[in-house]
Amino acid sequence: MGALTLTNITKQFGTVDVIKGVDLTVEPGEFCVFVGPSGCGKSTLLRIIAGLEDATGGEIAIEGRRVNEVAPAKREIAMVFQSYALYPHLTVRDNMGLALKQAGQDKATIAGATDRAAGMLALGALLDRRPAELSGGQRQRVAIGRAIVRTPKLFLFDEPLSNLDAALRVQTRIEIARLHRELGATMIYVTHDQVEAMTLADRIVVLRAGRVEQTGAPMELYNNPANTFVAGFIGSPQMNFLKSGALGLASDSLGIRPEHLALSRDAGAIPGTVSHVEKLGGETLVYVRTDVHGLLTVRLFGEHDYTVDEAVHLTPDQARAFHFGADGLRLR
Amino acid sequence: MATRTPISRSIAAHAVLITYTLIALFPVFVIVINSFKSRRAIFNDPLAVPTAETFDLVGYATVLKQGDFFQYFLNSMTVTVASLFFVLLFGAMAAFALSEYRFKGNLLMGLYLALGIMIPIRLGTVAILQLMVASGLVNTLTALVLVYTAQGLPLAVFILSEFMRQVSDDLKNAGRIDGLSEYRIFFTLVLPLVRPAMATVAVFTMIPIWNDLWFPLILAPAEETKTITLGSQVFIGQFVTNWNAVLAALSLAIVPVMVLYLIFSRQLIRGITAGAVK
Ligand SMILES: Nc1ncnc2c1ncn2[C@@H]1O[C@H](COP(=O)(O)OP(=O)(O)O)[C@@H](O)[C@H]1O
Ligand SMILES: [Mg+2]
Repeated sequence: MGALTLTNITKQFGTVDVIKGVDLTVEPGEFCVFVGPSGCGKSTLLRIIAGLEDATGGEIAIEGRRVNEVAPAKREIAMVFQSYALYPHLTVRDNMGLALKQAGQDKATIAGATDRAAGMLALGALLDRRPAELSGGQRQRVAIGRAIVRTPKLFLFDEPLSNLDAALRVQTRIEIARLHRELGATMIYVTHDQVEAMTLADRIVVLRAGRVEQTGAPMELYNNPANTFVAGFIGSPQMNFLKSGALGLASDSLGIRPEHLALSRDAGAIPGTVSHVEKLGGETLVYVRTDVHGLLTVRLFGEHDYTVDEAVHLTPDQARAFHFGADGLRLR
Repeated sequence: MATRTPISRSIAAHAVLITYTLIALFPVFVIVINSFKSRRAIFNDPLAVPTAETFDLVGYATVLKQGDFFQYFLNSMTVTVASLFFVLLFGAMAAFALSEYRFKGNLLMGLYLALGIMIPIRLGTVAILQLMVASGLVNTLTALVLVYTAQGLPLAVFILSEFMRQVSDDLKNAGRIDGLSEYRIFFTLVLPLVRPAMATVAVFTMIPIWNDLWFPLILAPAEETKTITLGSQVFIGQFVTNWNAVLAALSLAIVPVMVLYLIFSRQLIRGITAGAVK
């Protein structure tokens, strides 16, 4: 029995199909990340799980109990929003304690739970402030604290890091991973950022246009993508897609990651010219324009000096390449 | 140069605003200064401020002696405050329903409610009078409160639903997950965030009600239900007008509505949305 089971969930807004039949089981204690491009229905799916939106069809079960008709507050879930959504008129302490107060818990229980959550997130000094007096990072920590206080069966996160700057994002990401380990709770996390997905997830669910494209552990998706969409979405920089015909191969296209393309000044399978070079210190990204395959990305480790418009040759590492058919599906 | 442009621009803006303020305040100023002058002084030099010889409180004395002026004030105040309360309460609730819930006929309902902005309620005066006669509400303040509430609702619903659409969905949803009822979400989360809009609606609703002569004259002309605007009319006769009394009554009538305005304008300025989201 999973912590969460979705059976053939569909959702229409008017006549528009936004979720087109999603089946999914999330195991207890699992960190499950929904990832996909903007507008693919991730938030809608999360809101259906939370009960903020009714599914048009299908069944939602939390710990084996059907909850389609259960109000959000009674589903024993907690949600963290992109915009923090703290109550502006309440102090941090009251923000965190509100759900327990609504559930009729006594004062001592609420104070204990609030203090424990504040301790985990180092919010002790902020408890008597109002949201307006906090920075963005602090607000998001309070929002996470508010979720912890409830000890929910299911944590739901909707792009919680999108409003933070890059440094805070990394820091908060690590904090969420630590909380997951400490609490051992089931978490569902929505993001459009594949780096967040790769670093946090036990299991990634890749969504596209309201459908699940593939689910699996991060490295499983990376090493074994089911189709061109997943192959292109997971991994950064993006995978290169070469035209198989031009290479004398039977498949429709050949997917090769930027680190598996060898770059040489002298000889190779595909001629091209350097169009742009990005030096990141630890690695160098070289963008090569080719006649047949378009713009390809090569990732080199360490520092390399290539100049724009220089003639180069590329050679794909055939052993690490993926073959795809005309329908985008992987050929094995 | 970098600093000069904003300064010259701000001078120009202030010049325009000050000119406008002077023009707008001029009639009020003339009314107030003349209310403190003797009748002859008013006609000799209407623009002069009262001096030791021309100073005269006869207008105020007449007003306070004549009829039950305090009662008129109270009536105006009661009608305005009660109508305002109902317009804001029902307007905000309707606006919340229209902006928050998806239901069949939502758009049509919104249009129907907004239609009242374009159709003057006075066109229905005869029907309203018949209705009030039939329900025995003629010469009661209730009649006026009902009419003014109906008159104010369309604009209130229209403005407030626009503002409520901008209130963060996440905030309302967080409340739902934490177990707040829809009423608590409305009163404790949404209303405080649309306070500036409420104040705007209050000001736009309040002033026409306070100044109205039409409905008090038709629906509640009895002595004990007269409003201040209707009460002041006794000084304006067909042949002689007691200018001292009219000006004094008008000056007095400004005070309460100004107090209300000051209360609301503080709300207008104080944006309390900071920190709710982002
Ligand atoms: N309340 C709504 N009414 C109509 N369409 C909606 C509504 N909410 C979301 N959508 C549509 O559903 C699609 C998926 O939205 P969403 O779940 O927010 O995407 P994501 O979170 O993956 O970026 C979008 O095309 C969006 O326009
Ligand atoms: Mg989203």
